[in-house]
Amino acid sequence: MITAIVCIAGIGLVASFVLAVADKYLSVQEDPRIGLVLSELPGANCGGCGFAGCDAYARALVEGTAPNGACPAGGEAVAAKIAGILGVEASATEKRVALVKCCGTRSEAIRVGDYNGICDCNVAAMTAGGDKGCVYGCLGYGACANVCPKGAISIYDGLAKVDKRLCIGCGKCVSVCPKKLIELVPSSATIHVLCNNPDKGPSVRKVCGVGCMGCHLCEKNSGGKEAGHFTFQGFLAKVNYSNPPTDEQIVAKCPAKCMSVDPLLESGH
Amino acid sequence: MKVVKSAFKFKGGVHPDYNKGLANNKLIEALPMPSELVISMSQHLGAPAKCIVKPGDYVSRGQIIGERNGFISVCVRASASGLVKAVEKRLGPAGGKADAVILDTTASAPEGVEMLGDGPVLKPLDWENSSREELIARVEEAGICGMGGAGFPTSVKLNPPPGKRCEYLIINGAECEPYLCADHRVMVEKASRIRLGVEIMRKILGECAVRIAVESNKPDAIQALSEAFADISGNVEIVVLSVLYPQGSEKHQIFATVKRIVPEPPALPIDVGCVVENVSTAVAIADAVEKGEPLLERVTTVSGDAISEPKNILAPCGTKYSDLVQFCSGTKETPAKVISGGTMMGFAVPSLEIATTKTTSGILLLSSRRVFQYTSGPCINCGRCVRACPMCLNPADISKAVEANDISDAERAHVMTCIECGACSFSCPAYRTITQFCRRAKNSIRARIAAEKAKAAAAQNAAEKKEIQK
Amino acid sequence: MKPKDISEHYVLSSSPHTHSHASVSRIMLDVIIALLPTTAAGIYFFGMPAVWTIAVCVSTCIVVESLCRIAMRREGTVGDFSAVLTGLLLALNLPAGIPLWMAVVGSVFAITVCKQVFGGLGKNPFNPALAARAFMLISFTGPMTTWLKPFWWRTPEAVTTATPLASMKGMFVSEATAQATMKAGEAGIPGLTDLIIGNMPGCIGEVSSAALLLGGIYLLLRKVITWHIPVSFIATVWLYSFFAGGASAHIQLLTGGVMIGAFFMATDYVTSPTTSKGKLIFGTGCGLLCMLIRQFGSYPEGCSFAILIMNSVCPLINRWTQPKPFGFKK
Repeated sequence: MITAIVCIAGIGLVASFVLAVADKYLSVQEDPRIGLVLSELPGANCGGCGFAGCDAYARALVEGTAPNGACPAGGEAVAAKIAGILGVEASATEKRVALVKCCGTRSEAIRVGDYNGICDCNVAAMTAGGDKGCVYGCLGYGACANVCPKGAISIYDGLAKVDKRLCIGCGKCVSVCPKKLIELVPSSATIHVLCNNPDKGPSVRKVCGVGCMGCHLCEKNSGGKEAGHFTFQGFLAKVNYSNPPTDEQIVAKCPAKCMSVDPLLESGH
Repeated sequence: MKVVKSAFKFKGGVHPDYNKGLANNKLIEALPMPSELVISMSQHLGAPAKCIVKPGDYVSRGQIIGERNGFISVCVRASASGLVKAVEKRLGPAGGKADAVILDTTASAPEGVEMLGDGPVLKPLDWENSSREELIARVEEAGICGMGGAGFPTSVKLNPPPGKRCEYLIINGAECEPYLCADHRVMVEKASRIRLGVEIMRKILGECAVRIAVESNKPDAIQALSEAFADISGNVEIVVLSVLYPQGSEKHQIFATVKRIVPEPPALPIDVGCVVENVSTAVAIADAVEKGEPLLERVTTVSGDAISEPKNILAPCGTKYSDLVQFCSGTKETPAKVISGGTMMGFAVPSLEIATTKTTSGILLLSSRRVFQYTSGPCINCGRCVRACPMCLNPADISKAVEANDISDAERAHVMTCIECGACSFSCPAYRTITQFCRRAKNSIRARIAAEKAKAAAAQNAAEKKEIQK
Repeated sequence: MKPKDISEHYVLSSSPHTHSHASVSRIMLDVIIALLPTTAAGIYFFGMPAVWTIAVCVSTCIVVESLCRIAMRREGTVGDFSAVLTGLLLALNLPAGIPLWMAVVGSVFAITVCKQVFGGLGKNPFNPALAARAFMLISFTGPMTTWLKPFWWRTPEAVTTATPLASMKGMFVSEATAQATMKAGEAGIPGLTDLIIGNMPGCIGEVSSAALLLGGIYLLLRKVITWHIPVSFIATVWLYSFFAGGASAHIQLLTGGVMIGAFFMATDYVTSPTTSKGKLIFGTGCGLLCMLIRQFGSYPEGCSFAILIMNSVCPLINRWTQPKPFGFKK
C-alpha cells in the first residue's frame, strides 16, 4: 500500500519536473496578442478572409500583413475589438451576404430532361449542361448548400435559398457554383434582380416564366438612366449595389416578376 | 500481309450487350440534304474554331467558315451551300455550348454572289509524288480530326515531334462500343479507301509497320480488309482482337496489337513509337488527298430499340438528330433516352435538336426498358469494378473518396489516369455512378490545377511589374 | 405567363448507359441458394430444433433490420436479402439445440450492433453473423458448446456430445499423447464418410462438408466469389496440419468451421479485400490464425475468431495491395 503511494507520487514528481524543465527551455515564443485576437475571431475557419483559417488570419493581423476588417463573419463588431487589441484602425467594411440570382422554381422554369446521377450541381452541369432549360439558372442540386460552413443555404423547390441571418459572406458558394450565379451583396440592400439570363426576351420566355427580359422598366421607374441604380448586361438588369435603389414600388411593377424585396430573409422552409 | 490473332490481353474489361445485329448488316445510305444544318465550331478536341461568317452570308460547299484557332485545333468547312441564318451558341452533344453556324441549305445565292462550283473543293493530289509536308498540309486544310470519338486533330498526330519516330501505325477498327457499326460498315464497304488512306499515312509517317486491329465479331470486315490489303507491300498485318470492351481504347489497343505499354501520363502513344488512327479517319484522308474532298460528311449509325429502322447513314456534319431519325422512318415507341455515341461512353442529350459533328459515330434512341437508373447506394466492396477496370485502378475506393468529398484521396488513387470507359459502373451490383464520381474528381482536380496556374501566372506578372518599377 | 413544358423528357445521365444486370439482391440470393444444401443437411441431421433455430434467426434479422431502418429514418433495405443471409448464416453457425431466446439475442446483436450502427450494408467492419456468433460464444458458453448428436431422437439416453475437434484438442501435444488420444477418442472421431456427409455433432451448417462444397462450387460458377480466398484458406489449413502434426489434415479440414468459413464467411464482400493479391493474403491469414487457435488457444475451434481478426486487418491489406495503374512503373 505504502509502496504504491510512494511509487505513484515519485512518478508524478519526476514527470512534473520534466514538464517544468521542458516548459522553461523548449517553449516556443509567440506573440501573446495572437491568442487574444484569435479569441475574438468567430472560429468558423470559413476562409472568407482569404487566409487558411482564423488562426492564420490572426497571425497575419498581428504581423501587420492583413487588413483589419477582412473577416466577413465577424463584421464591424469584431474588427473594433481587434482594433482595440492591436491599436490599429478598423477599415470599415459592410457585411456582405450571398444572393442566388435565380428565381426559376420547378413550376416556373422548365426542365428539359430527367437527370439521373449524383446530386451535385457541378456533376449535373457536366451532363448535357444540366436538366434545366435555362442554362444560366440554378440547377438546385445543392453544391452551394454542401460547402456552406454555416448551413445557411437550403434547396427549396429546385432552387437554392440563402438565409441572410446565418450567412457570413465567406464566398465559398460563389466559387463552387457551376453557373456562377451567386454574388456577394451588401446585406443592407433590399431590392434585387433574381435572374442570371442575359439572352433576349423571347428566348428567356421559352425556358422560364420569371426571367429578366431586359425591358428597362425597373430603371425607368427608379428615376431613369441618370439615377444609375441599374446596369445592364445584354438583356439582363443588374442592381448597382454601390448605389442601390430604395423605392420598393419598382419591384411590383416588374413585368417579368424577377425582382424581389429582400429574398434573403427566407430561410427556405 | 497476313491475318493474325492477338496474343495479348489487357487486364480487366467487360462484356456489355453489344446489340450490333440491329444495324451491322445495313448498307450505308446517303441522307438527302436536310433543309437546315447546324455546324458547330467545336467538333474536335482542343480550341474551337473561330467563326468567320456572319448572318446573311452565302457560303458554298467546302468553304471555310471556321478558322483553325491554335495548335490543337482544326478548321471547319461548310457541309453544304446555303445561307447563314444565324451564328449562335448551341448545345453540343457533349453538353457544352459552342458557337454554331445555322445554315439554310435551300437558299440559293442571288446574282452577283460568287459561289464555288460543285467540283472538288481542293485540288486532287498525286500522293505518290507529293512531299510529306504537302500531305500534312492537305490533312490539315481538309479539317480532319480523329473520327473515333475524341476528335484529336489528325495533322498534329501525323506529325510527331522531332526525335520521335513512328514504328507502328495502328488502324483502329475495333469498334467495341455497343450498338455502333459505322466503322464496321466502312471497313466492309470502303476497304480499298482504307488501304489508300493507310498508304498515304505511311508515306507521311515514314516507313513503318501497319497493324489493323479488328474485333473478331466482324468476320465480314476482316474478309473485306484482307482482300483489299492482299497485295500491299511492307510489314502489314490485320490483328484480330478478342471481343472485349474497351479494345478500342488507344492504350489498350496498342497493348493488344504490339504489346507495348504507354507509360503513365503525360506520355503519349508516340513515346512508344505508335500512332493510332480510326478507320473512318483513314477514309477521310484518302478522300482529302486523292479526290480533294474535305471532311464534310461521315457515316453515323442510328440505332436503338426505339428506332423503327436502324440504319447506317452517310450524312453531312451538322445534320440535326431529328432529320436522321426521320430518315430511319421515325420511332416505333417513345424513346426514354437519346444517346450521342455508344452506350458505354456516349453522352445523353436532352433533345433531338442537337446536330452531328465530325466525331458522331452513332445516335441511339432507347426505350424505357433499356434505361438503367443508377443510384448512389452503398458500396458492398465486392471488387467487381476493380476486376473490370482496364486501367487497373481501384474505382471502389475512388468513388467512396469522392462521395466523402475527399478529392485529394481520389487523386492519390490515380483518378487522373481514368479513361472514363464506364466498365466500373457497368459492373457495379449496387448501381453506383462510379464513372460519374471519377468525372467529378477529374473535373475538380483540373479546375484546381487551372486555378493554381492562373495564380502562379498572376504572381509572376506582379513580380515582373515590380521589377520594372524598380 | 408560364412557358410551355416540352412534352417529351429524355433521361439525362452520365455514361455508361447500360449495365451488367448484376445486383446486390441477386448476389445475396445466390449465396442463399448456395447455402440451401447445407441447410437441408443440417435439418436432416438435427431435425426440428434446427428448423426452429433457422426460422427464428432469419425472421428476427428481417424484423430488426426493418425496425432499425425505420428508427434511423432511412429507406428500407430488407429487399436486398442481406438480412435474410445474415440470419441464415448465424443460424447455420449455432448448435441445433440452443434455446431460441438466445438465437433471438444473437440475431438482434448481429443486425443492430454489428451492422446498422455502422450505417448498414457495406459499412460494417466485421461479418455480422460471425461477430454475433463470437458474442454468443462468450456470453452463453455452455449452450453454445452443447452439441446435439446427429439423429439424436434415435438415441434418447445420450442426446449431447463433444465435437470431433474437442476430441482432437489433445493430439497436438505430442506424438505419444496423440496416439493415446486417438485411441481414446476414436469413438469421438467419426469415419471419413461421416465426416464428408456431416454425420457428426456440430453447428447446424458446419457439419456437411459435401453440401458446403456443392454450395461453394455454385458460388464460383456464378462468379459471386473468386477462388482466391477459399483456396488459400483451405490450402493453409491443410499445409499447417500436415506439418504441425496432430490429427490428420483431412480431419482438420472437414470438421469445425473451415469449410463454411472458407466459402461463405471469409468471402463476405464487405469485410474482405477487393484485390486478388489481398484476397490471397486474407485467406492465408485466416487459415493460419484458425490453426494457431486450434493448436494453442483455449477454445477447440478458432475459425470464427480467425476470420474476425482478419476482418479487422482488411483495411490494412487493402492499403498494401492497391493495384498498380496500367502503364505505371511503380
